[in-house]
Amino acid sequence: MTQLPQTTTKKLGLVIDLDTCVGCHACVISCKGWNTENYGAPLSDTDAYGSDPSGTFLNRVHSYEVQPDQGPAQLIHFPKSCLHCEDAPCVTVCPTGASYKRSEDGIVLVNENDCIGCGLCAWACPYGAREMDAVEKVMKKCTLCVDRIYNENLPEEDREPACVRTCPSNARHFGDFSDPESNVSRLTAERGGMDLMPEQNTKPVNKYLPPRPKDTLSKTSDDIDVLAPYLEPIAQETSGFLGWIDRTLEKI
Amino acid sequence: MNQPKLDLSPKVSDEVRKTTCYMCACRCGINVHLKDGKVAYIEGNKDHPVNKGVLCAKGSAGIMQVNAPSRLRAPLKRIGPRGSGKFQEISWEEALNLAAQRLEPIRKNDPSKLAFFTGRDQSQSFTSFWAQNFGTPNYAAHGGFCSVNMAAAGIYTMGGAFWEFGQPDWDHTKLFMLFGVAEDHDSNPIKMGISKLKARGARIIGVNPIRTGYNAVADDWVGITPGTDGLFILSLIHCLMKAGKIDINYLARYTNASCLVNGDEKSSEFGLLLRDINGKELVIDRASGKPVPFDKKGVKPDLTATHRAAGVTNRTVMHYMADRYLSDTYAPEAVEKRTGISAKRIRSIATEIARVAFDEAIEIDVEWTDFRGETHQKMQGRPVSFHSMRGISAHANGFQTCRALHVLQIILGTVEVPGGFRFKPPYPKPATAHPKPHCKVTPGAPLDGPHLGFVHGPDDLALRDDGTPARIDKAFTWENPMSSHGLMHMVISNAHAGDPYKIDTLFMYMANMSWNSSMNTRGVMDMLTDKDENGNYVIPYIIYSDAYSSEMVAYADLILPDTTYLERHDCISLLDRPISEADAAADAIRWPVIEPDRDVRGFQSVLCELGAKLNLPGFVNGDGSQKYADYGDYIVNHIRKPGIGPLAGFRGDGTQSGRGDVNPNQLDKYIENGGFFVEHIPVGANYFKPWNIDYQNWAVSMGLYDSPQPYLFSLYVEPMRKFQLAAEGHGNRQPPDHLRERIKATLDPLPIWYDPTPKNNADDFPITALTQRPMAMYHSWGSQNAWLRQIHGFNPLYLPTKLMNHNKLTDGDWVKVTSPHGEITVPVMEMSALNENTIWTWNAIGKRKGAWALEDNAPESTKGFLLNHLIHELLPPKGDGLRWANSDPITGQAAWFDLKVRLEKVHTLDESQPAMPAIRSPVGVGPKTLSWKIGK
Repeated sequence: MTQLPQTTTKKLGLVIDLDTCVGCHACVISCKGWNTENYGAPLSDTDAYGSDPSGTFLNRVHSYEVQPDQGPAQLIHFPKSCLHCEDAPCVTVCPTGASYKRSEDGIVLVNENDCIGCGLCAWACPYGAREMDAVEKVMKKCTLCVDRIYNENLPEEDREPACVRTCPSNARHFGDFSDPESNVSRLTAERGGMDLMPEQNTKPVNKYLPPRPKDTLSKTSDDIDVLAPYLEPIAQETSGFLGWIDRTLEKI
Repeated sequence: MNQPKLDLSPKVSDEVRKTTCYMCACRCGINVHLKDGKVAYIEGNKDHPVNKGVLCAKGSAGIMQVNAPSRLRAPLKRIGPRGSGKFQEISWEEALNLAAQRLEPIRKNDPSKLAFFTGRDQSQSFTSFWAQNFGTPNYAAHGGFCSVNMAAAGIYTMGGAFWEFGQPDWDHTKLFMLFGVAEDHDSNPIKMGISKLKARGARIIGVNPIRTGYNAVADDWVGITPGTDGLFILSLIHCLMKAGKIDINYLARYTNASCLVNGDEKSSEFGLLLRDINGKELVIDRASGKPVPFDKKGVKPDLTATHRAAGVTNRTVMHYMADRYLSDTYAPEAVEKRTGISAKRIRSIATEIARVAFDEAIEIDVEWTDFRGETHQKMQGRPVSFHSMRGISAHANGFQTCRALHVLQIILGTVEVPGGFRFKPPYPKPATAHPKPHCKVTPGAPLDGPHLGFVHGPDDLALRDDGTPARIDKAFTWENPMSSHGLMHMVISNAHAGDPYKIDTLFMYMANMSWNSSMNTRGVMDMLTDKDENGNYVIPYIIYSDAYSSEMVAYADLILPDTTYLERHDCISLLDRPISEADAAADAIRWPVIEPDRDVRGFQSVLCELGAKLNLPGFVNGDGSQKYADYGDYIVNHIRKPGIGPLAGFRGDGTQSGRGDVNPNQLDKYIENGGFFVEHIPVGANYFKPWNIDYQNWAVSMGLYDSPQPYLFSLYVEPMRKFQLAAEGHGNRQPPDHLRERIKATLDPLPIWYDPTPKNNADDFPITALTQRPMAMYHSWGSQNAWLRQIHGFNPLYLPTKLMNHNKLTDGDWVKVTSPHGEITVPVMEMSALNENTIWTWNAIGKRKGAWALEDNAPESTKGFLLNHLIHELLPPKGDGLRWANSDPITGQAAWFDLKVRLEKVHTLDESQPAMPAIRSPVGVGPKTLSWKIGK
C-alpha cells in the first residue's frame, strides 16, 4: 500500500472540451512522440508493421455515437488519459511505492525504478488510463508532461503538456484547479465542467466540458414561426423583383 | 512520503531546425528537435502563419516517416516482368543514363511521346517548367482527380476558391457553413478556425452525408443526399432572392450582375456580354442612363437596366438570374425529396443565413478607396462564411455545384468583406489574369508556353490542327473544355488505348496509379502490364519516382528514389500553391535538416541533372554545362520574370520582398527566419481586395501582378456561353456532333443542377458509396506509419442503421458490394450518424501485400480494401463505340462520388475481395518491435 498526500499545494490538470474535439488524434501522437523520447522508458510498439500492431499510448481518443431522444445521431470524440485523481486508487494499491501522487502539484507518476510491472494499478484504475509497456514491462501513464511544464530549457510559452500545445482545435487546457481564477477553473465553472464517473469517488482533477446542444436550428422554426419575416417574399416574379431592386437601390 | 527527486528540466535537444511539414498537403511549420544529429521530436512552429504552433497527428508522427522501413534505398532497374516487383539496385549514374537515353530521342522526334504527370507534387511551378522545356504537352499534377471543380469554379467565378486561395474571416464570422469537406485539406487552419468560432459561440452548419470530424462538432448537421448539394444551394439562393435578402449594392458594384447581355437571338454573340471597343464590359450608369465601361470613374452601375439597340433588347445578368432562380423549380418544396432535406429545414437555414448576413452585419472603422475612385468611410461586412472542398467537387455536376456555392456567397455580399470569405495573396486573380493552356509541340524545342491554364472559349482548346486532342489526357477538348488541372486519371487508360495517340514513356512522381489513385485499379494493373502482338509492353517504358515502396513501384521499369521531407529542399512558392494568409503573403522552404542515410536524391534535384543531360534550355548554361546544381540552387537562382523568383522573401540585399535580384544567401535567411517568409498587407488594403486600389497597388509592388487588375465577379461565366454558342453551330471550331447536346445542357453560364448519375439504374444500384480521408492518415502519400496505423489500421465499410437492419447485419459481418462496374466483399460496421442511403469507408487504408514494408498478414491487406475497384474511369458503354469518361463534362474532374452500389450479405471471409497477389518488396518488411529513443 502506498499513501496519498493529505493535500497538494497545486492541483494541476486538464480541461478537455468535448464540444470542440474533432477527434483528430493530434494529442495522441504528440504525446507518444514526447514521451517516447523523454520521461522514463520509450513507449514501445510491438508487431509494428505486422498483423496486430500494439503500442503503448498515454492518451487515446475514443469515438462514441449518441442517439438523442429527438434528432439525428451524434458522434462524440472522447480523449482519455490519466485524470490525476485526488483519491487515486492506482496509488494506494501499489505494493512498492512506485506509483505516487506528487504533494506539490498533485501529478500522479510512476517511478519506473521501483515498478515491478505487477499491473495492480492498471486493474485498480476505473478509467483504464494506465498501460503496461510490452517491452520494458513497466507501467506507463500520463505524466502531465512533468518534464515540460517546469522545464527551464523550454521557452516559457512551451511549458505545458505536449497534448495541449499541439491541439489544433484548442480542446485541451492546462492549469491549476486549486486557483479559482485559473483558466481551467473558470472554464469549468462557465461551461459546467464534469467529473468522469463521479460515482467511483476518485475525485478526478481533470474535467470534461460537455458538448453544447446540437441540431437546434430547425427546431426553432418548427415550434414558433418567429423567423418567418426573414423570408417574406418581396415579389413572386422577375418584374416585381427588379422593381424592388430599383426602389431599394434608389435609397442607397 | 519519499517522493523521488525528478529532473524537471531535462535537456530537450541539441538543436532545433525549423522547416515545413509534408505529412499532408497542409504545409505547417515544424520544429525538428535533433539529438546526435538524429530526429528526436517534432512539434509545430509557433511563429508559423499556417499552424501557429499546433500540429496534427500526421505531423507529430513524422519521426516514423523519416525512419520508415518502406523507404526506397537506391535507384532500381526492373529485371522481372512488370508488376512482379523484381528489381536490381543500380547507381545513380546508370539510372540517369538510362532515363536520358530513353528521353533524348523522344525529345528530338516527338516530345509528345513523353507523358509526365506528377501526382501530389508541391513543386508544380518547377516540374511544369521542366516539362515545358522538354517540349511535351503532356504534363499535369493530380488536381484533375482531386478538386479541380472547386478551384476552377472559384477562379472563373470570383478569382479564387477555398483553401490555398482563401479562407473564412475566422475572427469575425458569425455563421460558418461547410459542405462535404475532406478532413485533411487545410486541416490545421480549419480546426483552429472552428475553435475560434466555438469560443465565440458562432454557429457552424455542416452539410455532409457523414457526421464525422468537423461535422461531428457542427451545431447543425445536414445529412444531405450525395450529389444534390447544388440543388440545395440553388434552393437557398431561391429563398434569399425571393425575400430580397441579397446585397444589391454589392451586386451592382462588384459583380457582372449589372453587365449587359447580348439579347439578339440571331447573333453569333447571343448571350455574350456587351463590351466597348477596348473589350471592357458595359453597364448602364444610373446617373446618365448611358452604357459605359464598368470601371469608369464614378460610375454607378444599374443592376436592372435594359438597353435597346438596333431593335434588340439587351438585359443585365440580374434579369437572367431573376428569371432562373425565382422559378419554383428551386423552391424548397420542389427539392426536398431529392436532397433529403425537408422544405422547412431548407427555409430555416436560409432564414439563419439571411438573419446573420443582414441583421448582424458588422462594420470595421477603416477607410478604403475602390477602383472607380470612390472612398468608403467604413468596411461593411456580412459575417456569413463558407468552406468546401472535394466532397461537392468530385461529382459529374461538381463544377456547376461549386459555381452555385460561389454565387451564393456573392449574392450575400460576403466575399472579401469582414466576416466573410477572404482571399489569400496572390489571390484574388481572375481567370483572365491566368495563362491559357499551351500545346504547340516542336521537336527538339520547348513547348510554346505553360501547359495548364484557363480557356476563354473554343479558340483556347488544346486541339491539333486536325481537331484531335493535343494532350494524352484529352484536357481542354470538347469532352471537358475547362479542364484547368488536366486529367491525370485518364492518362494510363488513354495511353493504353492509344486514344488519342500512343506514347513511348510514362514518367510519374508521387502518384500511386496502380492502387488508390486510379479508378478501376485492377484494370490499370492490366493496362500497365499489357503486351502487344509482338510481346512488347503497350505502354513501352515507365519511369517512377517515389520515396517509399508504394504499390506503383512494381509497375515501373526505372525507379528514381526520392528523399523524405526532412532530407530535401522545397519551396512553397507564390508561383505555385502558396501558404499565404488573408492578411499576408507568405511562402516557405524545406531544407535538409538531416542527410539521407540511403542512396536517394530529391526528385527535383534529379530533374535539374536530367534536364542538363538532355540539354533542356532552362537547365543548361550558354556553354552547355548544368545550370542548377540541385533544387536548392534552382530555388535561389531561377528567375521567372525580371526580379521574380520562386521565393518572394529576402531578395536582393536580403531586405527586398516580392521583387528583387537574386540573393545568394536567401536560403540562409529563410532558415534564420524559421523556414518561412511573411509580408503583411497594410490595414485598409486587406479587405475588398479585387476592387481596393490600395491592395491592387500593394500586389503590384509585391510582384503578384504587373499592373492593377480590378475586375468584376462573374456570376455569369461568359466563356461557358462561348462553348454553348459553338455547340449551337457558331464559329469555326466546332464540337463533334455527339457532344453538342451535352455542351448546350451543361455549360450553362449561370449555375444549374443536374443529376450526376442518370445512367445508373436506380433500382439496381440504389445506394451511394463514398470515401473520406481520416484526419490522422494521409493514405498512400505516407508510409503506413507505425504510429498512425495503430489508429487507422483497417477500414470497415460503414453502413447506416437502416441498411444494417434491412440486410440483417451486425458489426463484423461481410457484404458483397456491387456497382455497375465490379464487386468487392468486405466487413461492415454500423454508423447511425449517416445519411440513411449512403455507405462509406476511409480512403486507401487498404494496401497491397508486399507494399509499404508491411507483413503480408497486415490488416491493411487482409481486411482493408479499396472502393476504387467499383469505379471505372469510363462510364458504362452506351453502344456508340465511344469512350465516355466518368468525369465532369466541364472540367474533366474525376467523379469519384457518383458511385452507386447495391449490397448483399455473404458469409464471413478471411480476406477482403478482390485479394491481389503479393508483389515482391524491394525493401523487405519492417522490424517486429520499435522502442524508439534517440537520447541516451
